[in-house]
Formats: sequence, structure tokens, C-alpha cells
Amino acid sequence: MAKIPVTFTHNGTDRAAFADPGQNLLEFLRRGLGDLSPKYGCGQGACGACTVTIDGQTQLACLVLAETVQGRDVRTAAGLADGATLDPLQEAFMDHFAAQCGYCTPGMLVSARALLDTNPTPTREEVIEAISGNLCRCTGYEPIIEAILSVAGRRATA
Amino acid sequence: MPKDHGIGASPKRREDVRFLSGTGNYTDDINLNGQAYVHFLRSDVAHGRLTKVDTAAAAAMPGVLRVFTGADFEGVGGLPCGWQVTDRHGQPMQEPGHPVLAQGKVRHVGDPIAAVVAETYEQARDAAEAIELDIEELPAVVDMKAALQDGAPKVHDDLESNLCYDWGFVEENREAVDAAIKGAAHVTTLELVNQRMVANPMEPRVAVGDYNRGTGDHTLYTTSQNPHVIRLLMGAFVLGIPEHKLRVVAPDVGGGFGTKIFHYAEEAFCTFAAKAVNRPVKWTSSRSEAFMSDAHGRDHVTKIELALDKDNNFVALRTDTHANMGAYLSTFAPSVPTWLHGTLMAGNYKTPLIYVNVKAVFTNTVPVDAYRGAGRPEATFQLERVIDKAARELGVDPIALRRQNFITEFPYATPVAVEYDTGDYNATMDKLIEIGDLDGFAARRKESEARGKLRGLGVNCYIEACGIAPSNLVGQLGARAGLYESATVRVNATGGLVVMTGSHSHGQGHETAFPQVIAEMIGIDESMVEIVHGDTANTPMGMGTYGSRSLAVGGSAIVRATEKIINKAKRIAAHLMEASESDIELKDGAFSVAGTDKSVAWGDVTLAAYVPHNYPLEDIEPGLEETAFYDPSNFTYPSGAYACEVEVDPETGRVTIERMSAADDFGNVVNPMIVSGQVHGGLAQGIGQALLEGCVYDENGQLLSASYMDYAMPRADDLPMFTVDHSCVTPCTHNPLGVKGCGEAGAIGSPPSVVNAVVDALQSAGRDVTHIDMPLSPARVWAAMNG
Repeated sequence: MAKIPVTFTHNGTDRAAFADPGQNLLEFLRRGLGDLSPKYGCGQGACGACTVTIDGQTQLACLVLAETVQGRDVRTAAGLADGATLDPLQEAFMDHFAAQCGYCTPGMLVSARALLDTNPTPTREEVIEAISGNLCRCTGYEPIIEAILSVAGRRATA
Repeated sequence: MPKDHGIGASPKRREDVRFLSGTGNYTDDINLNGQAYVHFLRSDVAHGRLTKVDTAAAAAMPGVLRVFTGADFEGVGGLPCGWQVTDRHGQPMQEPGHPVLAQGKVRHVGDPIAAVVAETYEQARDAAEAIELDIEELPAVVDMKAALQDGAPKVHDDLESNLCYDWGFVEENREAVDAAIKGAAHVTTLELVNQRMVANPMEPRVAVGDYNRGTGDHTLYTTSQNPHVIRLLMGAFVLGIPEHKLRVVAPDVGGGFGTKIFHYAEEAFCTFAAKAVNRPVKWTSSRSEAFMSDAHGRDHVTKIELALDKDNNFVALRTDTHANMGAYLSTFAPSVPTWLHGTLMAGNYKTPLIYVNVKAVFTNTVPVDAYRGAGRPEATFQLERVIDKAARELGVDPIALRRQNFITEFPYATPVAVEYDTGDYNATMDKLIEIGDLDGFAARRKESEARGKLRGLGVNCYIEACGIAPSNLVGQLGARAGLYESATVRVNATGGLVVMTGSHSHGQGHETAFPQVIAEMIGIDESMVEIVHGDTANTPMGMGTYGSRSLAVGGSAIVRATEKIINKAKRIAAHLMEASESDIELKDGAFSVAGTDKSVAWGDVTLAAYVPHNYPLEDIEPGLEETAFYDPSNFTYPSGAYACEVEVDPETGRVTIERMSAADDFGNVVNPMIVSGQVHGGLAQGIGQALLEGCVYDENGQLLSASYMDYAMPRADDLPMFTVDHSCVTPCTHNPLGVKGCGEAGAIGSPPSVVNAVVDALQSAGRDVTHIDMPLSPARVWAAMNG
């Protein structure tokens, strides 16, 4: 079957690539573009390890057809840092020991960033709700919640 | 004032930069030139005879390089078992073969039958559907007790029965224990299930095999907690590849929790197939494949009896456990219900007589092996539950009953063959009462009652045995491996150090914590120390990471190697300063001569070692690199006391954890932040077991819980905030750091406190409920309340 040309924005950069028919966005990003930050965790939309944003909305890349991002703005955890400068959220994850094995972390960061972009001062309950689709097997979640709240607090008082 | 570097500090993790920026190097991130993909055709029945596996049509499908079946592996070995248990009659366990791909029979849902290697993963998967398969379905055994009945279908036709072993421990105590229980003033009996669990690291297993025809070198990239163990088992026992022609790399690994210890068929397959098709071969497990091929955990059914005298002293303990092995013996499976379980049955208590009987049983289910805690959670759960039940029957305070029976003098030799070196169980209990505000429980219960909720408090203690050792002892117990750890410390000319450790980090933060130890010893900045792990090509033979052993065993090897470095550096410094070696002191990264102002910097000495111009070449070799292998003289014995407060909704049976407190004694602590994180993670998995998780088979051996829609993993809204403390410290007496290990404590210590709390809540409302089996789902709790 013919490959499908897709042009879209990936972490702020215009990209054009060919997708296989039926290929999901996770495989397209990982194999096609070499962006290894979204992870395969379940392939069924139940773990959040592949979370990306499309036009600012969080999406599970394993459930999105690659060709449907034509003309859209796709962002992953790989685009969070500005060169060597980490995003304040990444700094907060480090300060609060919110990553252990690191595998769920990119998806968790994307979910948290999307929350803070739309709701800069979330409550604890709103943070929990925002990451409840992201499974973490290492941390017990508390350091992640605290990290996100700390960024929200910094912004709220800035 | 907390320290800002060295032992006791909590520097930010150096691993985090790559993990947070999405640039970690996990096995699925490795893609080799010309790589082909494998898809495994797995059995969808629990038990059956393979009458036809016709691969001709599949082999002709687009992109297919080759289709493999069990016949391709007849010339190689099966997957080996690394531990042989001897039964109570002195006979070795029954040990069935475990082929890489099924030969003749399939024995569990997920058993691999054939493997298609193709240009793309999609082509491999499509072609697998074209394999013509006839399976004569056989009756399956799923329930352990049914599997042991006469005439039960046999998982392995060539074995006498489905009984792997009938283990008695300590067998010589059997009659004395029976007599003590018969004559006791009070006996509390409890029957319980420790349900089957799935470890579920977020990173599924992945294997990439590579073969260099020019050199004959094999390389396997794999998601392993112990690459050297995989190299030895796969090289020596399965494929017949000597270690010097086989490299195993376990790069960043996304969580293990035990299930990535073992040598799996897919690893051997990818290594074998890479040579056979002369292309790199990659396999990435789907999540559903993970549920049906990763070794599971727990799955014990137990009857426990605790005998007490008229003064409520424990006088004897007897347990009768059936332990599920699944369809094959996973790498360390036989050791889990025996030496990692029976030896822990004394717990924190001075029970003088203990007898543990374990029947290990083959069933048509996924193999069961170590999962976070491995045998110790099973021991702790039954012991701490039966003590709680005894306290209720006797009308005494459960904490007071525990305190009355605590071991208080150390070292203490238990009746189950181990000797605890240190501990202070009253101290951790006191700390628990403080951090958990147990004195405020009664007021909180009133407040809950006012809202129509039932509040319960559950307390338990635990003891763990970490860093299983020494090697010669475990050899007598049946281990087919040593249990030392290794480290090579290479000092570079300009003073930086590279430490090559046999331990493996898959979330534990070794790259941050190990340099703290060396920086403290030498008095240099941690940034001068780099940790290398996970690659057999550049690390000494080591046994890897599991059983909370990395700091206690691996860290001790690093200390020993660093001591050798310091000793040699002092000799070089003595030469440079024309002083006596015995007068040389090392402090803050500089060598000085005692009682003088003479000193040379660390970097001057390391440079002299590699540019030996002014150097006693006749006495000291150039260079500064040392290796140590550390074999502990004993286990370490962390301990602690945990408390859980729950609210139960009497309308729905839903359990909410309101407070979870953990007071642990881990001995000395190198990095408090990492230790707290380990406890948090363990608590999350223990609470997951208590309230949510459970692997379910139907009576035909169909796996009903093979996705995250069916297997309830704890999510952010399922877990409470944790209060953890590890300020109670009784240092280990037999390793150089005085450390004990912390990785499994939370998973061991939390399930009994949760169940104790729920039983307490229900009893507070007058419900006659003495036990509910985990997971305590709303349906089960509601049924118990209304049953």
C-alpha cells in the first residue's frame, strides 16, 4: 500500500514524513521521526506512557492514526526543554524525585504541562485528575503530584 | 543540618536529566541497521497437544525471512532453573524441561509455539496468522489442590505428578511443633490466599539479538535486572555460546520489580535467530503478551496456626502452604516459597518452635517467580494477620501482643535457620505510634462515624532478609549461582573515577547514590565519579539487582575496591612526599603526612600513577585500578512497623485509605531521598495488592486479566499520602556501610496493615468478619459485611 505523506509541526518544527497506512502516531514518531520520548506501555490507551499533545490537547499517541495529524501541532516531552535549559516542570520533577525508572515520565510530563498551560493554579484534586490516566509503577505518585503543585505555586506567586 | 554531599545527603539524581528530557536509552530505543522483527505465535489454550504446526504458507508471506518452531530448538538446551529445592524426604524437586518454543505440548495460555521473523513487525504478525495449527485441547489444571488429586491431568507427562516438591522446614521440628500446638492454651487458625500478582513494570520486555558473522560475536540487548546472569544462563545452558563470544547489554530499564531477573525464551530466541537469519532480530512485548509471558508473583494458599500459652506468649507456629509454580520452573521460582519464605516465618517474634510445609505445584498457568519481596510478603502477611486475629480472640491489644513477643536481644538465632544481627522492634513501633498519631485514632474514628463511615486501624510489623548470602551457604540450599557482587574502580590520570558495578539500576538511582559513597571515602566531589553498569563487556561478572541487595552487597564491593585504591594511592603519596606509608592520611581529597604540613593532592597521586616518572616502579605497578568481589557473611535484616487507617463505606464496601505510615529501620542510609522513594513505591505496590490487583484465570486456564482494563493498577487517585520515617537505625554489623536494604520493605509491610485495618473497621460496627482475601474490592468487602 502506498505511504501517506504527512506534514505537521513537531515540537515547533515543520516536518514532512511518510506514514504507513494504519500506522499509529506513536510508531510514526518513534520509528519515522526518531522522537523516542513517547513510550509504548500498553498500546491500548490505558497507561499514558505515549501521551502527546495535538493542538494543545493531550492525546494517547498509540490510539491516534498518524495521518490524522496532517497540518496539526504535535508536541512531546522531547520538546519541553529549551536546548539545555529544562522546563520549570522538569526541574520540579527533579527537585521532588518524581521520576524513578523514567519510563512513564515523558507521558507524565506532557499531561502535567498541558494541565498547567490551561490551568496555571490547579488544586491537588485537579492535578490528580490530570495524571490519573498516566500509570507510574515506581513512585506511588505523591512526588509527582508535589512536583506539579510546586510549579503551580511558583507561577501563582510570581 | 542535612549534609549536602557524601553519605547521608540527597543530591538531585543525575539520571533525571536524560529521563526528564526523553533521552533515556531503553532497549526499545535501540534499533540496529538491517534489523528484522519477530512475532511469536502463542498458545490460546491452557493445555494441549500440538498435532500440526505447518509454517509453509506463513513462510511464503511477504517480507518473511524465516519461521521457527520448536523443532528448530531441538539441538539446543531448554531454559534452565537456577535453584534446586530438596524435599522433606531428601529428594530433589521434580524439574521439567522448558523449551524455547513449545515441543509437543503447550502448557499455558501464552506459551510460544512458533516465531516469525520478517522485514517489518506488521509482516511478522500477519504471517503468524497464516501458520496452520492444530491443537488437541487437553483438560487443564488451574487450582493447586485439584492439581494434586489422583488422576488430575498432568502438566508434564514425563513427571510423576504435578507436585514439584513437598518441603518441610525445619523438618526435625515437625513433631515438636505438632505437640506444642496440641498442648497450647490457645491456638488461632487462619486460612488465606496471597493472590497471584503481575509485576507490570511500565516498560514491557524487549530483546534485540545481533550477530557479527565476521567475528562470531553475539550481542543481546535486553530489559534485564542482571545481564551477567542472563549471559551465563543463556550462553552456558541454552545456546552453548561461551561468555567471551556473547555480550549482554541491559541499558536503561524501565522498572523490574523482580520480573526482569529471569532468563526468558524471547531472549534466547532473538540471540539464536540473529545468527540463523544473519540479521539483527528485535522483539518488543505487547502489554497483553507481557501479562501472559512475564513471570507472575505470589499465588500462595496457606493455613497458619499460631499457638500461645496462658500468658499470651507465642509457643509454636505451623503453616501449610500451596505455592503455584505455573507450567514451568522460572529461573528462581523454587527458592521463593522455600528459602525466601520459610526462613522469615519467625518475623519479629521469639516463637521457639516453627514448622513450615510448602507444596509447590505445577498448573497450566504462566510461571510464577519473584515479585517485589518474593516470599517475604507472603510470610509477613500470614504471620501478621494471624497475630491480629489472635489478639482479637484473646481480647488483647494487638500492639501489646506484638511487643510482648518481640525479639529484643541480638544477635538472635531463629528456629528457622537465620540469625538476625541487629534490630530494635520497640523503637520502630514507638516511632510508628508517633508519626501515625495512633493516639489520635479514637477521635478520628468518632469523626468518621459522624459521617456514616466505618474507620479501622491496622498495625503490623515486618522483617525482611536482604542480600541473600553467603554463596557457599546458598549453594547448600540449592542455588546454582553465587550471590556475591563485584566492582571495578578505575581511577583516571587526572583523578576522576569510573566505577563498573555488577549491580543494575532500573529506577533505583545507583548513578547518584554510589558516587556518594566513594566521594565520602576519598573526600572528593561526587561529580568526579561515574557509574557504569548493565553491559557485560565493560563490567565485572556480577549478579545484578534484586532482593534489595544493591547497596548492601554491590555497595560493599565498591567500598572494598575503593579501599584497595586508597591503599595503593597512599603508597604512591608516601613516595612522592618521601614519607613512611604508615604516616599518610587521606582527608578531603588530599594526602598528608601526619604531624607535618606536607601534602599532595588526589590528582597529583593519580597522575603519578599513570605518568610514573617519579615513581617506585620496582615496588608498585603503575596505574590505579582495582576490582573487588564481595560475598556477604549473612543476610541483612531490615525491619519496621506499619500502620494503616481506612474508612469503609458501609453502603458500598468501598475502602479508602486515610493514613498510611511506615517506620523502618534500614540501618545506615546513604541517600534519604532515594530511600523514601523506594518505600513509597513499595507501599504503592503493597496497597495495590491489598485493594486492587489480582491476576485471574478461569477454570479452563484462560487468563481473564490480560490488560490494564482488566487488571487494576493503582492510579494517582487510588493512593493516599504516605508518612515514612527511617530514623530508627541499628546498623548492619557485617557489611562495611552498615546498610540493610530498602527496596521491598513497602511491598512486604503494607498488605497486612491494610487488611487488619479493614477487619478492624468492620468489627467496630459489630460485623463478625475475621478475614477477607485480597484484593479487598468493594464487592468482597460488601459481601463480607452482609454475608
